Amino acid sequence: MPVDTTRSRSQATRRGALFGGLCLCCLPTLGRSAEGFALNEVGPGIFIRRGSDTEASRENDDAIANIGFIVGERSVMVTESGGSAADGAWLRGEIRRRTDKPISHVVLTHVHPDHCFGAAAFAEDKPVYVGHHALRAALDARGNYYRTRLVEILGADRAGSVVYPTLEVKESTEIDLGGRTLRFTAHGAAHTNCDLSMRDSASGILFPADLLFVTRIPSLDGSLVGWLKEAEVLRAMDAVKAVPGHGPTLVDFAPAMDDLTRYLTTLRDETRRAIAADMPIEKAVRTVGQAERDRWVLFETYNGRNVTQAFKELEWE
Amino acid sequence: MPSVLANPVLIRPVLRCAITALTLALPLAGAGAVLKPALVQAAGASDDEAERLARWKEIQKSIFGDKRIEASDSLIKVDAPVRALDASLVPITLTMPEKDQVAGVHLIIDDNPSPYAAHIAFGPGADPGEVKLRVRVNNYTNIHAVVETKDGRLFEATKFVKASGGCSAPMGMSDEEAMKGMGDMKMKFADSQPGQPVETTLMVRHPNFSGMQMNQVTRDYTPARYVNKLAITRGGQSVLTLDGDISIASNPVINFGLRPGGQGPIKVTASDNQNGHWEHSFTVPSATN
Repeated sequence: MPVDTTRSRSQATRRGALFGGLCLCCLPTLGRSAEGFALNEVGPGIFIRRGSDTEASRENDDAIANIGFIVGERSVMVTESGGSAADGAWLRGEIRRRTDKPISHVVLTHVHPDHCFGAAAFAEDKPVYVGHHALRAALDARGNYYRTRLVEILGADRAGSVVYPTLEVKESTEIDLGGRTLRFTAHGAAHTNCDLSMRDSASGILFPADLLFVTRIPSLDGSLVGWLKEAEVLRAMDAVKAVPGHGPTLVDFAPAMDDLTRYLTTLRDETRRAIAADMPIEKAVRTVGQAERDRWVLFETYNGRNVTQAFKELEWE
Repeated sequence: MPSVLANPVLIRPVLRCAITALTLALPLAGAGAVLKPALVQAAGASDDEAERLARWKEIQKSIFGDKRIEASDSLIKVDAPVRALDASLVPITLTMPEKDQVAGVHLIIDDNPSPYAAHIAFGPGADPGEVKLRVRVNNYTNIHAVVETKDGRLFEATKFVKASGGCSAPMGMSDEEAMKGMGDMKMKFADSQPGQPVETTLMVRHPNFSGMQMNQVTRDYTPARYVNKLAITRGGQSVLTLDGDISIASNPVINFGLRPGGQGPIKVTASDNQNGHWEHSFTVPSATN
């Protein structure tokens, strides 16, 4: 396989995650473009770029999610397209530096812009765009709004555009790249209402996308109760290693999922208690989940919003 | 029937909103990524005090005519987060300590495309000491609460809120999903002592489409569809009526006080601007000691 070996930084990355919530691995790349990132070979023929635990900005091209590709005997699958046209174009360049095999598939794991706005960068490859059956409707509702925001930040030429899935996964499906098969699962409402995960048969590595956040605080945009349910679905797959949607490029699945569900369970239980005690939502956003503060990057930015989401969902129980 | 709030003078052109929506500086609702333009400020953020005051005078005149509005910190107080976490759900608390004097309260979000967010008229069944609402905030703006006393005087209080994009932010993943269960209601009663007001929460399932949420495929805006009237009565006696507009957040929630001593079930009727009409009844639990 004509591939360069890239030194794995996943160990350094995980250490970074432990230092006071600061993601040290990302600091050297702050203020630089996506070109500053490197790809880690996390498994045979699996290359992943760690997204930075920061907000989308002009400097980072919205390269904040973990994106990459899987090389099969016949063709290449893009695991996540990137957060912008610029980010997607960077990834495409990295693929072309490593292999001449056709890019047959681009996976759109869910509707969020940091995962699917790089898709158009692969248009000339005419890939199959793989997405959850609910992704199209979600893009209809959100796509234009995301595009507008990205254009403000990155400019029209770098922002990217909405690309619809051409293969819609209803429950599950398998895609054969030659020598390895990716098994996809369309999940119920969890992180969003259109989360797609996949499992690589060759390495056994699970790609839960944003159903698994590591280091960066999870963001809730689907269903809190549903996410905890889908976490069990993922656990039942018995994967040892996983590539999370955010955080280090490869993690031990079980402890990482335990951390995530600890946060979600805390959010659920404390929000339920707040609602039962007639606590108003404006007070709940300040009090719920505070024990998790030092365990996640960007806690301050997202926790209150997660509580708002949780409150809206659980107050109707 | 048009909402009493749908005063054409007050509805700012959607165009202006579309322009301000391009210069948002705060997290977008429900996104996985918080997109933060590095240099661009919300349009409202650069308005100076004089412009804000002029804007308020214009709104004031269109709602209240030439009637004088006095500033007051004893009759009305408005609380809101200085910086909203979610611009499409900004919790507002209106406090009216001299509650026996209060006939009603008006809520105005000056820089929203349709600023007149709500008018609440209290009936004999209400304890108007405190009301909570959830609103959308589209821009850095003053929020005005104007209380109307039983003798017809007006008093105002103001709070400045930093938020943007609340009116145009997509609410869910699809319009269809947002419409699910439309008209369902839930009412919750906080524990209370006998003889004390009962803190009551009314929740209504309704997307409250603002008319500014765009569909990617059709490039059309989902038409505005919002609850324009809520009437709450108890045993035939009015508790309150609320005239609402697109600034009220989806799935409207209102907290209010129920005056002690009332009898009978609570009846809620809700209607929207597209002839939707819903009615539900609720039983008030007896006070616990």
